[in-house]
Parts: sequence; structure tokens; C-alpha cells
Amino acid sequence: MTKVERAAARRGGKRSGPPEPEFVQLLTPEGERVSHPDYSVDFTDDELRGLYRDLVTVRKLDAEATALQRQGELGIWASLLGQEAAQVGSGRALRQQDMAFPTYREHGVLYCRNIDPIMPLGLFRGVDQGGWDPVAHRFNMYTIVIGAQTLHATGYAMGIVKDGKVGDDDETSEAVIAYFGDGATSQGDVNEAFIFGSVYNAPIVFFCQNNQYAISEPLERQTRIPLYQRAAGFGFPGIRVDGNDVLATYAVTRAALDNARHGQGPTLIEAYTYRMGAHTTSDDPTRYRVASEVEAWQAKDPVVRMRKLLEKQGIADEAFFAAVDEQARVEAVALRERVLSMPDPDPATMFDHVYPNGSPLIDKQRAEFETYHASFEGSH
Amino acid sequence: METLTLGKSLNLGLRRAMEDDSKVLIMGEDVGKLGGVFRITDGLQKDFGDERVIDTPLAEAGIVGTAIGLALRGYRPVVEIQFDGFVYPAYDQIVCQVAKFHYRSRGKVSLPMVIRIPFGGGIGAVEHHSESPEAYFSHTAGLKVVACSNPSDAYWMIQQAIASDDPIIFFEPKRRYWEKGEVDTAAPLSSAYPLHSSRVLRSGGDATLLAYGPMVRTCLDAATAAAEDGRNLEVIDLRSLSPLDMAPVFESVRKTGRAVVVHEAPGNIGLGAEVAARISEECFYSLEAPVLRVTGYDIPYPASRVEEEFLPDLDRVLEAVDRSFGF
Repeated sequence: MTKVERAAARRGGKRSGPPEPEFVQLLTPEGERVSHPDYSVDFTDDELRGLYRDLVTVRKLDAEATALQRQGELGIWASLLGQEAAQVGSGRALRQQDMAFPTYREHGVLYCRNIDPIMPLGLFRGVDQGGWDPVAHRFNMYTIVIGAQTLHATGYAMGIVKDGKVGDDDETSEAVIAYFGDGATSQGDVNEAFIFGSVYNAPIVFFCQNNQYAISEPLERQTRIPLYQRAAGFGFPGIRVDGNDVLATYAVTRAALDNARHGQGPTLIEAYTYRMGAHTTSDDPTRYRVASEVEAWQAKDPVVRMRKLLEKQGIADEAFFAAVDEQARVEAVALRERVLSMPDPDPATMFDHVYPNGSPLIDKQRAEFETYHASFEGSH
Repeated sequence: METLTLGKSLNLGLRRAMEDDSKVLIMGEDVGKLGGVFRITDGLQKDFGDERVIDTPLAEAGIVGTAIGLALRGYRPVVEIQFDGFVYPAYDQIVCQVAKFHYRSRGKVSLPMVIRIPFGGGIGAVEHHSESPEAYFSHTAGLKVVACSNPSDAYWMIQQAIASDDPIIFFEPKRRYWEKGEVDTAAPLSSAYPLHSSRVLRSGGDATLLAYGPMVRTCLDAATAAAEDGRNLEVIDLRSLSPLDMAPVFESVRKTGRAVVVHEAPGNIGLGAEVAARISEECFYSLEAPVLRVTGYDIPYPASRVEEEFLPDLDRVLEAVDRSFGF
């Protein structure tokens, strides 16, 4: 056995993936609709086709970004490959007025907030560090420090309570969703967010995409119990959903968000999924996981099962699938062209926006910087 | 004019800020019913309610992190860190998030937060209750850092800090909480001395003493003692540690030719080093002697029975002035 295989064997003696956990599932990997006693969805055919289109598109845009990184056009990329259903399901479950606090991997959620997918690419290209208005987009800037944003999300949710925006009206009452991963659950910030959210009964959904790995470290380095069970210790419900099932993820998230906006406090959702790609383009997952594990998850692909459903229900034909693929391709090409035409910032702009009210120290340094650079003009 | 302690001045300043702007919140450990361990928030929860004066879980990163979210929501949180040595669990949130949100957003969002930290020694406390961590924050771009030294400044500076859209670390000289001074509480906020300005508190032509927070009183006392020996020392309260307001300092040093910087924090890589470097860059030909520093020693804050030997005092300041005149 190789070292990686021995490690996999220690994790339960199976090389065909982890044991099937108990979770909420409405769509099996084979594309069968199944029912659950507590959760259901009632989608029109159009809506089902729309979810499929979302899944295909976010996967295609993600692949394009990975390619752009490989070609040197992005400094780094954090791929969502494999997590499309967790992101589309939860992203589409948000109501217009809800606020999302992403990590750096929530490109699919961003897409489902109807935000231009170019928005976060400046960060990965290195021409900015975000640069968008979180409140205007109802989508916070990507947060790179693991788990830090869960506290911002909780504080924002505490503000919703203070503003009197918790209530029964689904169209005006607000809720917050905080995204984080399995690794983040070990962070103090995340545990403190659970505490603050709980004791102030904040309208927040803690949405953990358990993709099984924190870079190279498997789940067993973060926890001895299923993550969703952590919620009990903090005094709010926790639930595990099949994160590769867009229907179940939608149903569970929508219910948790509505509970939160109605004043019932936080929920922890563990979306059980798998990071099919690398942590980022700087990572080499073959050093820490075996191919058989990846293959086992391949069989649970979130996009394929949705396509099977549409086929079984006879609500989409080859022409539809081809059109979706073509539309995604067109969007990806457009994204590529816009990335390539992103200009580098004027270096002097690095002195901008350090303080809302400015600072004489920075003004002085900017002036010195500009004088220094001006001294070279005409010398080449 | 009212005669108030520094602590009461802060309390009245907070009260006035809360009256002026309903978005101002106070958050921290024991700030509610208890009024804070130093009673700086005394009576505020009673009058403004527990939705605005919030007793938080005992978790500093959580306090600062949720304050960020409240600021994004449009509130103006004023966070109390109970003691200087307890701020470190929140250090990541302060340095990586509070300091960088505005920059990260290219100016599209601001975090108008104040983080109040009682700092410094001299109260006979146990470990972690007497530290001076101001250099850590002054070194961080995106934060502004101020320290008040007297009741009038305490009253005005806390209101100015709360009204500012910049995130501000607000250091309070805890051993001076009980010292009294005159405060014109009836004046409008707009008439207050600018927040990020240093201030000459005593004029003198022979040497310049530079200090902030608790050491300002020490330097004023030293200047009084020096005057009896015929030496006129100018005393400048730096007030703003980031950004430093150096123009009055340069003006003073060009006049006196001698400068001594005084702070409780250890000297190594401290505020005094930055002040000395700036003076040497701008006033080189005016200097009669190197800029000297009188600081805490480069050791962990010692046990309280020897802290008086650790802290700069009047005699150490005057000894440094003597050394300056020895060049």
C-alpha cells in the first residue's frame, strides 16, 4: 500500500469512499426523486430546468477560471468543482433581502445572487482584493481568513433583530447565511459565532460545506462527531443534508432561513459534499487522497443526477441540454475575455482607501512615491 | 465648566454620543448592569436599554467580529475591551478585518467602530492587567489610534472617535481614571480640539518632553520640578498615536534642540523609536543632543510590588533631561 492508501485505510478501512451518512436527500445519485418526512420541494418544470442550468453554468465558469489560472491569467483559483449543488441549492434558497457572507469559494452562490461572475475575479487576478459593496449586493466580500466572516454574519444578523426586521412576513423579514467549511469548524471564531448567534437568537443560518478536506487534512483531524451534531451543544438545531443534491439543499436551507427570519434563531446545516478538485490551483490532492475515493464521489455527481431527473421526467430533451451547454460556453468565453482585458491598477492607487477620512502620513508617502516615479520619466 | 474625573468624563462623553446618534451601541463584558469593571459605562444600560448597551459573551474575538457585522448593518459600535492584556484574542479580527475592510472594498464600505482599551500600569494589578499594547495597533495600516490623558480630552476625544468613520483604537490611561479636571460639557462637539492633533500643554524653551496617556501627567510634574531648578521644559501630549501629528513636535524641537520621549510600553521598536526617527529626519540640524527615550524595560510587565521601578517616573524623566544636556 502507498502511504496515502494506508491513511485511507486507517480512516475506516474502506477505499471506496466514506460510509454513507444519514442525511436529508430528495434526489438520489441515480436521479430518483425520494421523499423525506420533514422536507419537500415543489418546483415547476421550468424551475427544475433552471436549477440544472445554474449547476452547469457555475461548473463551466469555474472550469474556465481554473484554465485561466493554468494559463497565467489568474494568480490562484479556488475551485468549487463538486460543490455546485450545495452552492446553487443554498444560493437559490436565499430571498432577495437576505444577506450572504461567503468564504473565497462561493462562486456558485454569487452567481445565484444574480451577481456578475466577473466581480470576484479581480481578487484572483491580483488587481484588487474584492472591491465591491457587500450591502448593495447582499453578498459580503470574499473572506480569506478561515471562519472570520461567521462573526461578521452573526453581528449583521444581530443588527437585523435591532432593526425590527425579524417577523412573519417572508417578503420583508431578513435572514443571514454564513458560509464556511469543515476546517473552519475548528476555529475559535466559528465557535464564538455559534455562541453569539445562539444567545442573541440571531436570524442566521450557519452553512457548512463539509467537502471532507481542509487542504490536505481529512475530517477526522477536525472532529470526532458528525459536524451537524455540534449545534446541539450550542442550543440550536443542526441538520445534515446531501450537499450533492440541489433539491434537498434548497429545501433544508429555505426552511432554516425562514425559521431564522421568523424569529426561531440559528440553524447549522452541514452540506455533506466533496471537493472534487484541489483546495486551490496551488494544491496537489494526489499527495493526500486516493483515486478510488474520488471515483466513489464521482458517482454522486450533483450535475449528472439532476440531468437524469430531467430525462426521467421527460421535461428536457437533447436540444435543451445542448442549449444549456452552449449558453454556459458563451458565458465562459465572455468571462475569459473580460478577465484578459482587466487592466492592472495604477500603482499609486494602492494608497487609496486606507481610511475613510484619509491620513497625512499616507498622503505624504503617496506624494513621495509619485515624485520618485516621475523622476524616471523620459529616462528610458 | 464642571470638575470631573477622567472616568466620569468618558462616561458623560459616551452618554452624549448615544444621545446624539441612535446608531451608537456599547458592547463588552460587564458593561451593562455592572457599568464595566471601571464603571465607565455606569448607568448607560439603565437609560438606553440592553439593545444598545450590550453585555456580551466572554469572547473578545466574538465581540469585535460581531461589532464588524453590526457596523456593516449601519450601527456605530463602541467596544470595551476589559483590560489591555485581554485584547489579544481579538487581535486577528482587529488587524485582518477591522483595519482592512475599507481598503478591501476600495472605499465602498466603512466600519465606524471604536475599540476602547484601558491601558498601562500603576494600579497594583495581577499579570495581563497593566500592559501597553499601543504599538501593535499603531503599526497596522487601516487603524487609527488615540490616547487621552486628561478629563477634558477624555470627554471630547471619545465623542470625536465615535463620530469618525475611521476605525479607532481608543486607549484610556486606567491609573488616571480618578484624576480630576475641568470639562466644559456645554460646548459643541465642533469646537473641540482636533482628534488627530498633538498639543502643547506647557511651553518651555530648554527641552521638549513628548508623551501620551498616563505619562503626560508624569511629564507635566517633571516640568514643574525642573522649573524650580531653572529649566523650562515644553510638554507635548501626542494624543494621536496613528497618525502621529508631528508638526508641533518639529516646531518645538527646532526651538529647544532637545527631546525626550516617554512611554510606559517597552522601548524596543516602540512609539518612542518612531518619534525619535521622525525628529532626526526633520530636525537634524536643530538637535543639540540625540532624542532620548524613557520607557518601560524590555521585559514582560513585572509583578506589581516592583512595578514602580518598571514605570517611568518624574525622576527618570528628569535624569534623561540631564543626560540630554550632557551632550
